[in-house]
Amino acid sequence: MNFPLQSFNAVSATNPWTYVVFGLIGFAFGFTLEMSGFGNSRKLAAQFYFTEMTVLKVMFTAIIVAMVLTFGASALGILDFGQVWVNTTYLSSGIVGGLIMGVGFIVGGFCPTTSLASASTGKIDGMFFIAGGFVGAFLFAETERFFDNWYNFSGYFGRLTLDQVFNIPVGVVVLLVVLMALFMFWGSEQLERIVGGRDMSNEPKLRLVGAGTVVVLAVAVILIGSPSLEQKYSRVEVKRTYIQEAPADATEEELAALEPVSVLMSGDEALQNREIQISPAELFTTLYDQKLHPVMLDVRPEAEYNLFHVRGAQNIQVSELSAFAKELIAEYTPNRVIVVMSNDETLSTQAWKVLVAESVANVYILEGGLNNWIAFFGADDPNIEGKVSNPLDEQLAYIFPAALGDRYECSAPDPQHNEELEFESKIQLELKRDKSGGGCG
Amino acid sequence: MTTHTSAKTKKGLFNRPTKPYVHPYFGGMVLGIILFLAMFLTGNGLGSSGATSRIDAAIVDAVAPSHVDNTPYLLKMAGGDKNPLDDWIVPVFFGALLGGFTSGAINGRLKFETTKGPNISNKKRWMFSFLGGMIFLYGARMARGCTSGQALTGGATLSAGSWVVMLSIFAGAYGMAYFVRKMWN
Repeated sequence: MNFPLQSFNAVSATNPWTYVVFGLIGFAFGFTLEMSGFGNSRKLAAQFYFTEMTVLKVMFTAIIVAMVLTFGASALGILDFGQVWVNTTYLSSGIVGGLIMGVGFIVGGFCPTTSLASASTGKIDGMFFIAGGFVGAFLFAETERFFDNWYNFSGYFGRLTLDQVFNIPVGVVVLLVVLMALFMFWGSEQLERIVGGRDMSNEPKLRLVGAGTVVVLAVAVILIGSPSLEQKYSRVEVKRTYIQEAPADATEEELAALEPVSVLMSGDEALQNREIQISPAELFTTLYDQKLHPVMLDVRPEAEYNLFHVRGAQNIQVSELSAFAKELIAEYTPNRVIVVMSNDETLSTQAWKVLVAESVANVYILEGGLNNWIAFFGADDPNIEGKVSNPLDEQLAYIFPAALGDRYECSAPDPQHNEELEFESKIQLELKRDKSGGGCG
Repeated sequence: MTTHTSAKTKKGLFNRPTKPYVHPYFGGMVLGIILFLAMFLTGNGLGSSGATSRIDAAIVDAVAPSHVDNTPYLLKMAGGDKNPLDDWIVPVFFGALLGGFTSGAINGRLKFETTKGPNISNKKRWMFSFLGGMIFLYGARMARGCTSGQALTGGATLSAGSWVVMLSIFAGAYGMAYFVRKMWN
């Protein structure tokens, strides 16, 4: 089983259990906030006068515990972190919105979820906060149009994590955050003693054990490191959906009632069943499909790319793909189709394995590679000098007089002459996560 | 802090003996495990401010559907045949209300009262609470998430943007705290 579970990544009426699971998560969330004292605005506001640091303690304990467990599970290969929602980075709206939230926090005495814990236990100020919240969210919806360009684009960095910002291994970031949190806890206890005048000598010793445990787990995350590419690839699941074949004597109602069937298969099974090798005709049609956003990756050596390539394809080596996958994930759009290509299928299949192992969605292979593409589109290209007899695997099977790159006719076949191509359609968009979905958004 | 203890230990939801809050580190640990389980099982973290927006959108959609079509922000949630309430954050929102209520009931903290500083009247506190809620949710929608959706969830997944939002929340609150100190102390 692969975590997170695909079927629980959104609520859906076809699977009522999703409502139950998310309802239970919310229940546990509200329960914990209330039992930690977050239903009381005075306890929350005290944080900002240094008399009681409960907010910071609860919040950062939760952050480091969840972080250590998440990255630990990811390092062990149980959790696919590429499938976990990471809040997209919008610096400008994040900073301004954050400052506004801070003002609302100290004026109102709550944040949205704590106001739920408060109102549900009969606190009238919590109820007023929720009511005000509905007005505030309404006002935002009404005024967003005046700055939507700034809101949607200013300081947009996509999916960006701290390890990428500082370019250090994620395990090291995890340990640094843990140490920073522990230092803040120590400082908070000093402040509570000095400013808040509280007696801190009776604090449970168990908290030191807890701190030690978290540090040990964080160090373990570093030691385990990231799962290898092979490990990640072995967990890949390809979902294919088929239309059922109807019996010959089926009535119209029976035909209408036929539901598409979904099959999950491993990466190797998908390759073997030729589920993800798309024909040159399908690739060509995709390039002119307004609904799709095709990205072509030519994984051959640069010299061969310079000799000939499909117009719009970008050249990248298989060894660079793991790093490039992070960019692809950051710039994810649901309608993006990635097609990897080489002269035949050996290199491109390797590239496909890397990309799917790194959790990039909607990756396909050009069937038969560029040799097949040229055979299909370039049969009468006058600039091609001839065919190589008995080409080896991954050898360009055609002879090009000069390195004209994408200026050969069959680099960009004429769409007018190829309008009605026939092919077996294999591209099935797999919806991972929308930029606007997920998170609190 | 409420230290109300009823003289008689009646059985019932209200006026039970009040139990103390759990230790912050323990509360934080439980919250962290819940957050981890949410991410582990569903790939989504925690949140709630998105639900406020979506309930707003559902109300606007019911009262003035044509207005939805003219408001880009609402269009994303409620345009066409989209149901704005069809999102994971909505069951989380209602679950949190129920969870808070249950903890309050078990621990004897169900009581109609107003939590406030000693030098402010109830009416003023309500007014500022309403105002604060309004400001907070406006900012939360702008930052695409609140303390739960951004600071907690994004903090734990090491999202760069979320750490910036988290620091901004603290900066805003500490910066403003001096000016409203009479409300709380």
